[in-house]
Order: sequence, then structure tokens, then C-alpha cells
Amino acid sequence: MSVLSSRVDRGREWGRQVLTLTRREILDSLRDWRILLPIFVLTLAFPLLMNFITVRTQNMFYERWGVEGIERRLLPLMLMVVGFFPVSVSLVIALETFVGEKERRSLEPLLLTPLSDLQLYLGKTLAALLLPLVAGCLGITVYTAVLWRQGWHPSSVLLIQILVLTAAEALVMVSGAVIISSQTTSVRAANLLASFVIIPMALLVQGESIIILQAGNAILWDVLAFLIVVDVMLVRMGIRLFNREELLGREIDELNVGNLWRMFRRHLGWERWLFGLDLARVPRPWRWLGTLVGLYLREVPAVLRRSWLALALVVAGLLGAVWVGWDFAVRFRLPAGSLALDSITDESFTGLSTTSWLPAFTTWGVLQNNTRSLLAAALLGTFSFGSLAVALLMAPLAVIAYVGFQAAWAEYDPFLFLLTFVMPHGVLELPAALIATGLAVRLGATFIAPPRGMTVGEGWLQALADFIKLFLAVVLPMLTVAAWIEVHITPFLVLKVYGG
Amino acid sequence: MIRLEGLTKQFDGFTAVDGVSFSVAPGEIVALLGPNGAGKTTTVRMLAALLRPTRGHAVVAGIDTLRDPIGVRRRVGMLTEHPGLYLRMQGGEYLDFFGRIYGLDGQTREQRARQLLEQFAMPEAWDRRIGEFSKGMRQKMALARALLHEPPVLLLDEPTSAMDPHSAKLVRDAVLSLRDERRAILVCTHNLAEAEIVADRIAIIRRGRIVALGTPAELKRRLLGPPVMELRVAAAPDGVVSLVSRFARPLEWGPGWVRYVAEDPEAVNPPLLQALAEAGVPVVTLSEVPRSLEAVYLRVVEEAG
Repeated sequence: MSVLSSRVDRGREWGRQVLTLTRREILDSLRDWRILLPIFVLTLAFPLLMNFITVRTQNMFYERWGVEGIERRLLPLMLMVVGFFPVSVSLVIALETFVGEKERRSLEPLLLTPLSDLQLYLGKTLAALLLPLVAGCLGITVYTAVLWRQGWHPSSVLLIQILVLTAAEALVMVSGAVIISSQTTSVRAANLLASFVIIPMALLVQGESIIILQAGNAILWDVLAFLIVVDVMLVRMGIRLFNREELLGREIDELNVGNLWRMFRRHLGWERWLFGLDLARVPRPWRWLGTLVGLYLREVPAVLRRSWLALALVVAGLLGAVWVGWDFAVRFRLPAGSLALDSITDESFTGLSTTSWLPAFTTWGVLQNNTRSLLAAALLGTFSFGSLAVALLMAPLAVIAYVGFQAAWAEYDPFLFLLTFVMPHGVLELPAALIATGLAVRLGATFIAPPRGMTVGEGWLQALADFIKLFLAVVLPMLTVAAWIEVHITPFLVLKVYGG
Repeated sequence: MIRLEGLTKQFDGFTAVDGVSFSVAPGEIVALLGPNGAGKTTTVRMLAALLRPTRGHAVVAGIDTLRDPIGVRRRVGMLTEHPGLYLRMQGGEYLDFFGRIYGLDGQTREQRARQLLEQFAMPEAWDRRIGEFSKGMRQKMALARALLHEPPVLLLDEPTSAMDPHSAKLVRDAVLSLRDERRAILVCTHNLAEAEIVADRIAIIRRGRIVALGTPAELKRRLLGPPVMELRVAAAPDGVVSLVSRFARPLEWGPGWVRYVAEDPEAVNPPLLQALAEAGVPVVTLSEVPRSLEAVYLRVVEEAG
């Protein structure tokens, strides 16, 4: 009991310290008229302006085209805008939260306190979030009150949607801006980088506006779910990247290409090893064996161990793809007789080259296509925290699963279907794709969770070096053999089993 | 109280601090003396658990800075080179904020904050906005912040840099008043006079390495040789130089004065004075020729290349 109560006390003290920091920051903001004035204007004056615009638009539509009820479409949109505008102030506060203090030289005394990195991050993030969020809610309240008096009563569901959406948008902006603030060395640099937050947010608000005007409010829940995922990712990224040593030690934003190149080369290399033999004593013509054995017996397993979490995620994605294939197969069942495997002929395979995604049904054509897809996955994975890399692999697997389930319902043996259509080349192609996708996931996930003891830059260079090493040493050879099998063995087996 | 063993810090291949080892005992003030960029600030930042050492380790108030950085920060008070105050806050409010962060209760916070402001002769700072403070007041406010939680270890990084002489003296006096048998103080400075006034021992750091360590007297003796004494007499009777040479090595002399090297002044001077009295030589003064720490510092820096 006493252990529990002491933990509770420690937790309470921990939270109290976070709130002390938040309170100080908020009070500081409240003393700055440059922050207060826009909040005041956007909270109280802007809703009235929006109301005026709504009424004018309604009148214009009625007078010109005789359209009535346009306000019913416009009002939810206006409600969102009224909430969003005061919240946008949070970007300014969050952008200077760390780097501003650094410029004013008040950061070091704060970093010297017994506050943990997490407490500092949370205290500052909450402070940047709360004041504009309260202002946003106040703006919505003022706007709703005016509408209420004019006889328009928004539903409580819509109000909750808009309020939660506003909070989620504010958190996206603040968490993104706090990351920028903790990684730059001047407010100027932070402001320049702010476009990485402003542009996606502008696109998001435009997208939401179209959704509200065209598709109705129900889909806003999906937008909210997406924003919450982004929030979680950005907050996690902010916590992992927050480093008081980096914050204090870095004086200039320098991109040292030479250093980066040396770091990359170090990660790209591996130790030569030949079953414990002293390579200096191995005859010179055989020393290359040390490089080869070191790569395949030491380095490749080491990279796979480093990537286990990403590989597990891809495996989960593959299982998810099978489930998606099943779900679609249930929902979109093919009519009886439409899946006629017995009618497959030689031309069915050679005809594949007429589709735009496969240049020719040759070993080179298939290899080219698969390599291109996996490289595209790496590229997309880098810019999507790894998620699009998994999605790209899931899509063809979901299609295979869909066809497999349809085949089973068409009274073909599903295992025989897999053995003939998928397994001959898939036994190599699937593991190759899994490894490449796992490493592609790492390329994106490093931004959220760099390996312990490494900066984001070093973690990413390590992930890139690992990707290149395994792609050339493992994935490409496997894909080559798989492509040859796919072109020469799989059709033979399929025709043997199913051909007419 | 403070122990550094082979403390090293590298930034992107550049070694800022290179295997620094020394210690500061409770009740002692040690000055870390060195030119700009010598590694003083990096050293104290490692001691305050703000930077992780690349190699070596430091124990501060009995806690390893790597194992428990938060515990170290709880026991360290640090005055940074720039006061780094929140200018929109009032003095009392500012100290209250830091007191809360250090987990002090309301009564203790107010009592200590008022006491520190009294001690530094600025009680009016309690309800004045920090932005209105003079440079000296700001530095003293930062010192009050560093002392609020009564830390057993005090790290002062350039406490009087860029201050006018009067403000510098105020802060120096304040530092001297903090000497306590339970507290270890490390002062980083490139001000030689300041180091000599406040420090019991001096560590000279250059290019990240400690190149000399000892009391000011030890350093002078080691680097400039044994002390030189100056004997002034009312007249210059023949034979004074030869009388002195019986006890010590005369260095130079003139009408009414002789300078000599005393390997051990306590052993040499009393019998010399007695011999002078017996010989009827009227002694006016006997004093040590002052040698500045600057000479020591320049010698060390030149020797270190």
C-alpha cells in the first residue's frame, strides 16, 4: 500500500511540475499583446464577420438563382473555420517554444532543473496548445450563440465533431511545430521550416471544406481518426527527438556533407570474417571469401535482427492483406463460372505483357517490374513513416487472397491453387518482398523512432545503408531467380494442372 | 563533493574536453581558468548533467552524472554565463516558479526567495519586473535562482563576464559569502584577478586539458620559482648583501634595498632579521615581491604551446 501511495505521490508531483511549466508559459503568453490581440480579434470579431458573410451569401444565392437553404451547407463549414482560425495562433507559440527560449538564452536555466525531457516536452506542448484551443472553442461558442439567436440550431453531434476536430488539428500543428522548434537553432529557421506544417494543414482544411460541402458530416469521423493517428505519430516523434544535449549543444544548422558521407560509408561496410581464420594468413586470392562470408553469415543476420520490428509489422500487414482479400471476396463474390481456370492456355501468360504494368512476360520484364515496385515502396515509405510501403505490398497480396478465396468457392482446391500459381516463385519472391518492405518501413519509421543513441540523421543513414546492402545481396538475387521461375516454371505447372 | 575522472567530450570529431581529472572538496572554491573555447563551459555542463561525457565520468554530490542526471540536477545550482531570466516576470514570481520546479513548499519558497534577495541587497526586486533590472541585479537574480534549493554543489560559469567593475565586485562578494563547509564551488572564469581573489585552488585548462592545478601560491612557486623577498634598509651599509648571502641567494640590489630568493621564507627570514639586528642594520621593511597570477597563466599557456 505504501509503495503504491508513494508512486501515486511521485506521479502527482511529476504532473504538478509539468503543469507549473505550462502555467508559466501561458501566463507569459497572456502578457504578450502580440499574441493576445490576434486571439481576441479571431475569437470575438471574426465569428461576427463570418456570420455577416453567411447572411450575404445566402441572400446572394436567393436573389440571383433563387436557391434557398444554402446556409445549411455553409454553416458547418463556417463553424469549422471559426474554430480553426484562433487555433492557428498555436503555430506561432509552438514554433518559438524551444528555439525562442534558446535565442533569449533562458533555455539553459530551464534545462538545468530536475525536469525530465518528457516533462519539458509535455509542459511546453500543453502551453502552446491550451490558450489557442480555448480561444478556438470560445470562437465556436460566440458563433453558435449568434446563430442560435438567428434561429439556426446546430446539432450536438456536429458541435462535438467540430470541437474534437479543432482540438486534433491544433495538436497536429503544435506537435509538428514543437518538433521544428526543438530541432532548429534560430526562430528564423523555425519560421522557414513552418511551411512543412502550414502547407499540409492548408490542404487538410481545404479537404475538410470540400467534404463538408459535398459529402456531408459523417465522413468527418474518418478525418478525425486520421488526424488522431497523425497526432500520435507526431507526439511520439517529438518525444523521441527531444534531446536537451542537442538543444543546447547545436549552435548552427550545418549540413556537413563530408561527415554524412563518412557516416553512411561506415554503416554500408561490414566486417570481413572467415570462420574465425586470420585473414592476413589466408592466401591473397582467397581473401574475398572473407568479405562474402562476413556479409552473408554475419552482416545479413545482424541487419535482419536490427529490423525485426519492421519485419514483424510487414508480416502483420501480410495477414491484414489476406483478411482484406477475404473481406472483398465475401462482399464481391464472382458469378459462378466466371473463374474458369481450365481455360487457361499458353497465351494467357504471354498476353500478360499487353498490360501496361508488365513490359514483357520475360525474366527481365518480371524482375524489372518487381524491383521497380519495391524501390517505389522504399521511396513512399520514407515519406509516410513506412506506412505506404506496407500498403503497397498489401495490395497485390490482397488480390491474390481474393482470387484464392474465389477459386475455393468455384470448387477448385485452394491449396493446389496456391501451390501452382503462387508458391513456385512466391517461395522466393515473398520473402524478398518482405525483407525489402521491412527495410523500407525502417526508412520511414526512423523519423518517429530513431535507434537509441543515434540522431535521426544517423539512424536514417543506417537504415538506408542496410536497405542497399540487403537489396543488392539478398533481395535482388532472390527476385532474379523468382522471376525466372515465374516465367519458366509457374506457367508450366499451371498448364499441367489446369490447362485444357 | 565533485570528482571528475578522465572526463572527455567530443562534438562531431572535435574534442572540446580531453581527459579532465580533478576534484573539489566540500568548503572549497576551485577556479577553472582558461581562455575562451578552452572547454570550461563544456566541463561544467557535463558536471550539471546537461551533456553526456563521451568518455570518463563525473561524480557530483555523490551521484554519477550518467546514472542519475536528474538526481545530479536536483543537487546542483548553476549560474550560467548569461543570466537567462524571464524578463516579463517579477523577481518574486520568477523565484517562486523555480522553487515549484524544485519541489519546495510555498512557505519555504517565499522564505528563501526573500532571504536571498535580502542577502544580495535587492529586496525591492520582489515585485519589480525583471526586464527593468540592471545587469548586476540580473546576475544576482540568477545567482539567487541557483541557490534557491540550497544545493551542495555550485557551478558558476563566468559569473562576472561583461559586467562593470562595481557590479562585478558585488557578484564576487556574493560568491565569497556563499563559502560554506558543506558546499563545493567551481567557478569558471578567464578573469585572472577574480580567480585569485575567490579561489582556494586554480585549475588552468587549455584546449580541453588541465595543464596546471594547485593553490595560487603553489602555482606561482612551481611555475615562477621560489618567492623573491625585498629587504629595505634605512641606509646601505657595506656588507648587507654579503650578510644576506649567508642565508639566501641575493638576486639584485641597489641603494637601500636588496632582493633575494628565499626557498623557504619561514626558515630563512627570522634568522636573517636576527642577524641584521645584531649587525645593527636598521630594517625598514621586509616583504615578498608580488608576482601576479597573470605571469603564471602566461607561462602555462606558453609552455602548453
